[in-house]
Amino acid sequence: MVRVSAVGDRDTVADRETLERTADERLVGTTAIERTGAEDLEPAEELLTINMGPHHPATHGVLRLVVNLQGEVVKDLRPVMGYVHTGIEKSCEDKAYWKVIPFVERMDYLSYFFQMEAFCGAVERLLEMEIPPRAKYLRVIHMELNRIHSHLVWLGTSALDLGAMSMFFYCFRDRDKILDLFEMSSGQRMHTRYFQVGGVFEDIPLGFERNLRAFCAEMPSRIDQYAAILDRNEIFLNRTRDVGIVSRERLLELGVTGPLLRAAGEPWDLRKVGHYLCYDELDFKIPVGTVGDGYDRYRVRMAEMRESVRIVEQALDGLPEGPWIADDRKIVLPPRDELSTSMEALIHHFKLVTEGFRVPPGEVYYPIEGPRGELGCFVVADGSAKPARVHFRDPSFVNLQALRDMCLDGYLADLIQNLAMLDPILGGIDR
Amino acid sequence: MPDAPGLELIAQDLNTAFAGSVEETYHEHDQAALIVNPEGVLDVLGWLRDTPGQEYGFMSSLHVADYLPGEPRFGVHYELLNMARVERLRVKVALPDVAGADELPEIDSCVELFPTAEFQEREAYDFFGIVFRGHPDLRRILMPEDYVGWPLRRDFPIGGEPVLFTHNEVEMPRWYE
Repeated sequence: MVRVSAVGDRDTVADRETLERTADERLVGTTAIERTGAEDLEPAEELLTINMGPHHPATHGVLRLVVNLQGEVVKDLRPVMGYVHTGIEKSCEDKAYWKVIPFVERMDYLSYFFQMEAFCGAVERLLEMEIPPRAKYLRVIHMELNRIHSHLVWLGTSALDLGAMSMFFYCFRDRDKILDLFEMSSGQRMHTRYFQVGGVFEDIPLGFERNLRAFCAEMPSRIDQYAAILDRNEIFLNRTRDVGIVSRERLLELGVTGPLLRAAGEPWDLRKVGHYLCYDELDFKIPVGTVGDGYDRYRVRMAEMRESVRIVEQALDGLPEGPWIADDRKIVLPPRDELSTSMEALIHHFKLVTEGFRVPPGEVYYPIEGPRGELGCFVVADGSAKPARVHFRDPSFVNLQALRDMCLDGYLADLIQNLAMLDPILGGIDR
Repeated sequence: MPDAPGLELIAQDLNTAFAGSVEETYHEHDQAALIVNPEGVLDVLGWLRDTPGQEYGFMSSLHVADYLPGEPRFGVHYELLNMARVERLRVKVALPDVAGADELPEIDSCVELFPTAEFQEREAYDFFGIVFRGHPDLRRILMPEDYVGWPLRRDFPIGGEPVLFTHNEVEMPRWYE
């Protein structure tokens, strides 16, 4: 359109060069390769291979990624791990069953209650032992708090990777409240060793319920605040939406479970179908995504935190009275006050502390729903007081195989986003 | 998990389809397991995955146990899962140790059938020295590449390896190499 200037003949149509504009897609192409012109800059036979990590702040631990790059487009990717491998599975074979618990907690250092439950549950199944209802509820309360805690750390660090620094501080503020609760019930902030074979170590103290209710009342509004910060953040949306999509079928082939699988539309949650602890008696929903991109993974985890708060509240309401640990003196330590009055209690205490309890021969695989997916514990007992084999099927370890599918033919910068939304914990991967 | 008669039916069908593939079945702690001949493992896994009515399409875990001094020595466990019916089935391959000192027990890789097994087979190779024939990239995964030995075998001693500090480097011959 030619606008006639008031100045008149100084500005004639013939002198003009109109700058035409076309749609962005036609200018720059549709794929990452076309957009960056990578093929012209770097032919396929001259790919650049670089190491990301092991010391890279965005790899959430010591993970090394060998990345083949064409321009800034990822053409191939191989994870290299094992930098924090400490041989926990081997060490467990040399420890009595009750001494294994603190070991397995330190595998995936953000979901220690889940590791404990996987191991203790497997041993309880080997012993054919039923735990008291109060212990089940206390375990569920602590595991769901742990899930919120784990997701908060994920949210803080992932948002940090994508440039939202304040999220890190907000999330750690709330995480600290959960750690305060753990400290109240068990005396430890992390790696609490709260679950025992047969129940939990100690009943919750006075005041725990009040603090927990205060936390549950506050947390949903906190999650709303976090969602409000990120859901309207242009950078966050552009970096997560439609990035790293892997189809549901492919994820199932790769054995991916947890929020990653649910974000792709598969409503698979072992809490619903596994019939363990008291999850059958609690009412909660499984958040499921539709697209399966980074944004869905974020939304699924946010919704899971809300559901976990609901589970904790319900478990607190329905918390039954009664013992918190099974009354089996061959397996469970006698109460402390009995030691000074009862000879049998002293003998049992001595036997349990020095040798530990024996577990009849057998093998069991016990899967539970951890914050990252199916956390399975496989225990082989040979009849002695030490396990013959302890294996953890760690969800991070298996899920990491999907990273290549998420990143191929995407930008290198999206790799950071994909890794953040994958949420691997290297302590669990390397064990 | 399939109940005891269901497990027997599966074993029977498998033995009809591939003679001698299932050696034994057992039910333990509410978990069903098939003990399978090492040669027929891929047939069994493929049959369990693809046969209508079975459809154990998800492999949740692959792990190995060393039953020393039991015979056969190794057990390779495949934890299969049917997500629709929420049924788990363990396929256990009894894998004897090989006589030669520098030979390793071998089994077919199931990466073609279950791509999720790629890392887990590497882990089994790394820790137990079990070679998965046909695995696309069978290298150590968690231990260092130049590590010697199979650390999770039962006859591998538990103990530390000397860590090199400045105060003890003179005691380690040719540490600088």
